[in-house]
Amino acid sequence: MAILELKNLTKRYKNFTALDNVNLTLEAGRIVGLLGPNGSGKTTMIKLANGLLQPTEGYIAIDGKLPGVETKAIVAYLSDKEALPNWMNVKELIQFYKDFFKDFDEARATEMLQSLNISLTQKLSKMSKGTKEKVRLILTMSRRAKVYFLDEPIAGVDPAARDYILRTIISNYEPNALVLISTHLIADVENVLDEAIFLKYGHIIMHKNVQEVVEETGKSLDEYFREVFAC
Amino acid sequence: MGWDFKKGIPIYSQIIERLELDLLSGKYQLGEKLPSVRDLAMEANVNPNTMQRALSEMERSGLIYSERTSGRFVTLDHEKIDSLRKDLIRKNVDQFFTTLKNLGIKNEEILKAVEDRCTREE
Repeated sequence: MAILELKNLTKRYKNFTALDNVNLTLEAGRIVGLLGPNGSGKTTMIKLANGLLQPTEGYIAIDGKLPGVETKAIVAYLSDKEALPNWMNVKELIQFYKDFFKDFDEARATEMLQSLNISLTQKLSKMSKGTKEKVRLILTMSRRAKVYFLDEPIAGVDPAARDYILRTIISNYEPNALVLISTHLIADVENVLDEAIFLKYGHIIMHKNVQEVVEETGKSLDEYFREVFAC
Repeated sequence: MGWDFKKGIPIYSQIIERLELDLLSGKYQLGEKLPSVRDLAMEANVNPNTMQRALSEMERSGLIYSERTSGRFVTLDHEKIDSLRKDLIRKNVDQFFTTLKNLGIKNEEILKAVEDRCTREE
């Protein structure tokens, strides 16, 4: 059954159309890349799915429901901007997540934090950008959610941290969950993806299995992306 | 760090190649239990579904088998591994032969070079 459905979804900001009549259905158990250059509508789509924006037309449904209290209980969202209280330390952040999300697995979070030598007493405001990203991702992936929306989880961290982040995504992958990763760093994520969606000026111009793309084009997804979006 | 993959070739087929080499080299012995899909996926840094697909294909070709509850194991059949070895030899020789042939090198010359190489090895 479709866990995420977009139906005739349009989002306009004044004169600018960020998403234009988009239709999309995604099944659970897949890791999907939402790929497109800057300004193609990736973040708008994810914000709509999280109820942070309202559609101009059409709708987006998660597990058959419009974004709201019920969907937030089953959706883990890593936003593109830092959204956690900066003054909190790691321990307080864990409590914060426990308070908000019933599906938060504290043991899982603690174990990952330990493996990265991130101390529970460290304050978010005192962390490097890379460490902050890791903490944010660990908190997000420690939820036993049905849908994970990861908006640019690897932008702005070094390649070693990228590997760690991708491994975290793979290892916490639940066979019944959908993971949607938005990024423009295709080469880094392509081996991790089941499906790829190419977004261009608010339109889905391709939605395919990654292996299919590779078999059909004889190119890596990254090379194909560069070709499609050549400037 | 993950495994090294070539561009433009489906990952699952590269995974199969890699695991076949691991069987031939004895990294995984006859009848040995393989790591779980998730662990292998993490080692390779690939999607678990892709790893699953590679393992399913290897099951179909009889190189590995699965026991419903306890996981996947390397085949107990020597012949399977032997024929895999032969395939690998043939594939490599074909490739090397094609390269030299395309350069217009004659069979006798190639054979001589291979013999020389073998003698040096001994």
